[in-house]
Amino acid sequence: MHEKQALGGRLLTKPFWVLLGLAMIAGLLLIKRFLFGIGAVTNLSDGYPWGIWIVYDVLVGTALGCGGYSIALLVYIFNKGEYHPLVRSALMTSAFGYTLAGVSIFIDIGRYWQMYNVFLPWHINLNSIMFEVAACIGAYVFVLWIEFSPTFLEHRKSLETKKKLSKVLFLFIALGVLLPTMHQSSLGSLMIIAGEKLSPMWQTGWLPLLFLMTAITMGYAVVIFESLFSAVALKRPLDETPILGKLSVMMIPLLVLFLLLRFGDLMWRGQLGNIFNDGMLGAFFIVENVLFLIPIIMLASAKNRMKPTILFWSAGSMILAGALYRFDTFLVAFNPGVGYHYFPSASEILITVGIISIEIMAYLIFVKKLPVLPAIKHS
Amino acid sequence: MNLERRDFLKVLSAGALTAGNVTSVFAGIRKTLSADAVGILYDGTICIGCKACEAACKQYNGMPPESANLEKATGVDGIWDESYDLSEKTLNKIKLYEHGDASTHNSVENGFAFVKKACMHCVDPDCVSACPVTALVKDDATGIVEYDKDACIGCRYCMVACPYNVPKFEYAEAIPEIVKCELCNHRQAEGDIPACCEFCPTGASLFGKVTDLLEEAHKRIKLVAGSTYEYPMRSLDEGDVSPKTVAPYINYIYGEKEGGGTQYLLLSAIPFTKLGLPELSATSSASKSEGIQHGIYKGMIAPIALLGGLLYGAYQTTKNSEG
Ligand code: SF4
Ligand code: SF4
Ligand code: SF4
Repeated sequence: MHEKQALGGRLLTKPFWVLLGLAMIAGLLLIKRFLFGIGAVTNLSDGYPWGIWIVYDVLVGTALGCGGYSIALLVYIFNKGEYHPLVRSALMTSAFGYTLAGVSIFIDIGRYWQMYNVFLPWHINLNSIMFEVAACIGAYVFVLWIEFSPTFLEHRKSLETKKKLSKVLFLFIALGVLLPTMHQSSLGSLMIIAGEKLSPMWQTGWLPLLFLMTAITMGYAVVIFESLFSAVALKRPLDETPILGKLSVMMIPLLVLFLLLRFGDLMWRGQLGNIFNDGMLGAFFIVENVLFLIPIIMLASAKNRMKPTILFWSAGSMILAGALYRFDTFLVAFNPGVGYHYFPSASEILITVGIISIEIMAYLIFVKKLPVLPAIKHS
Repeated sequence: MNLERRDFLKVLSAGALTAGNVTSVFAGIRKTLSADAVGILYDGTICIGCKACEAACKQYNGMPPESANLEKATGVDGIWDESYDLSEKTLNKIKLYEHGDASTHNSVENGFAFVKKACMHCVDPDCVSACPVTALVKDDATGIVEYDKDACIGCRYCMVACPYNVPKFEYAEAIPEIVKCELCNHRQAEGDIPACCEFCPTGASLFGKVTDLLEEAHKRIKLVAGSTYEYPMRSLDEGDVSPKTVAPYINYIYGEKEGGGTQYLLLSAIPFTKLGLPELSATSSASKSEGIQHGIYKGMIAPIALLGGLLYGAYQTTKNSEG
């Protein structure tokens, strides 16, 4: 058992007020959305029915929420106990990321009051990738909070309940690996049905595997990025660098496999040449893959992996790469035909910013009030 | 690594292999045209662009005219219908092809021609496959793709999926719906034919059984340009005809094969790609996406095997700790 402690300290700092302000702006805009419809606040159109609420909040948001999944995979499934100190904060970020993705879906869908139809057996459509994604994400939000609940129970000193829970926790841990495996791959499968509307550089039957691989890698990158960032921002010692360095190795084989599969598939389908013929799209494709390459190169040597700055930037590059890959697949390389354009409106962006602010506020409240982060060892 | 864990990893990798084995998965049996399927044959060569079908469609489907902002400013809102394309207020749309001085009907060079956009009522519709809550359903007998607002959650995946961008969403409504042509099923229920066919003055929009319409279409593309042909009016069953001079048809029936076929078929003298119709493969995208999805989740064997392995692994790891 690793010692965890609440950070304590003042909650209502200046940055916190700024975040609160941003969240309130988003709140006001949301009132507008619910009173006057989605068109009143977004630039969505008949050609581009999905915008940043889906692509950032849901696709990138849940991939960033894969920390809990990726670490659980290592600790519980591959029995790498040494990563256990990272589990709790990773689970917390995942719980936030997924919960807010759920909230975003609620905001984005037009007939939200009927959302529960996704869970009614006489309505569900087993052929629909969207059904699988919705049902799995819904279930996983629940599983994540159960997985994270020992932290609350510790805080409230309900040790009896915690003991009981720990007997069945393995059930939730197993589900906590199965569900993201299913829906992170299916998030990629979503675009297969878009067929010819998605550029052949991105459209492939391998989308599910490519999305799954990048989701797991993004999970590791987020854990590294967040640990280092919060250490600096919350003025904690960089104690975790060695274990983060070790963790960063996990990204390399996954990324190499990803690139091999991606380029192999392009070659197989004879689409490799498009990279240089397709102007703007080609440029996006190249930037994306360079961002995937950076962590491989930067983390190749063991010495580099011990340097917090290198770890930080390679994790950052990985996060950007995965995010751009998702943006490209769902928006940039998606072309519904002439006459349609999409760029998010100010209100749309502000609502997303508000949601991110809520996430950061929740993070601050949690680490300050609950035993999430590893206790600082005083020597 | 102990022995059990190694066995477990084997299970895990078997699961991963099944999941990854996407290229070897073949799409199952797909939907085929039902014997009683009904549809529309739109012959662009005899369409005169009068938009009677558009007006009739609006009238019989309770759709308001659309107006441009300029009109609204001048206070004559709603006098002229101004929609640019299909929209949440426009279920069908006549569009104009123009080239050069646009002097000759049905000519690619210096010519003009019309094309009518509407739901294609695909034989194997992507929108139906995409909808998570079965709000879009293809009728087993008529093949009409219908919408049920009480099921719909408004996720707009159908719009992403449809290769023709047909389903439209009411972005300006607090309580929005998806809107698309349902082949005037409310009129058909009363023994009438779709409004756009009933009120077409030339027979360019022709209603009928899809098998009969296909036969008619094949007959037309073999006609000699310049000869006279008795074009059926409104509905194939009605027997009313109107003689017209035959245009130089493109030797192709759009919709016979596209994405597994459609029940709305088009003929033209102008290449279809120039009319804004997409080039699609002969199988639906739904067949690919479902093929991969059902390949991965075949009988739920892979997920259950994976879950079994995961339960075992998680149990072994947590049994001695407090989590
Ligand atoms: S044209 Fe689009 S909306 Fe109509 S049936 Fe086909 S996929 Fe569905
Ligand atoms: S918007 Fe409605 S009809 Fe379209 S896929 Fe979603 S639930 Fe189905
Ligand atoms: S069948 Fe009816 S709803 Fe569809 S385009 Fe024709 S008139 Fe409009």
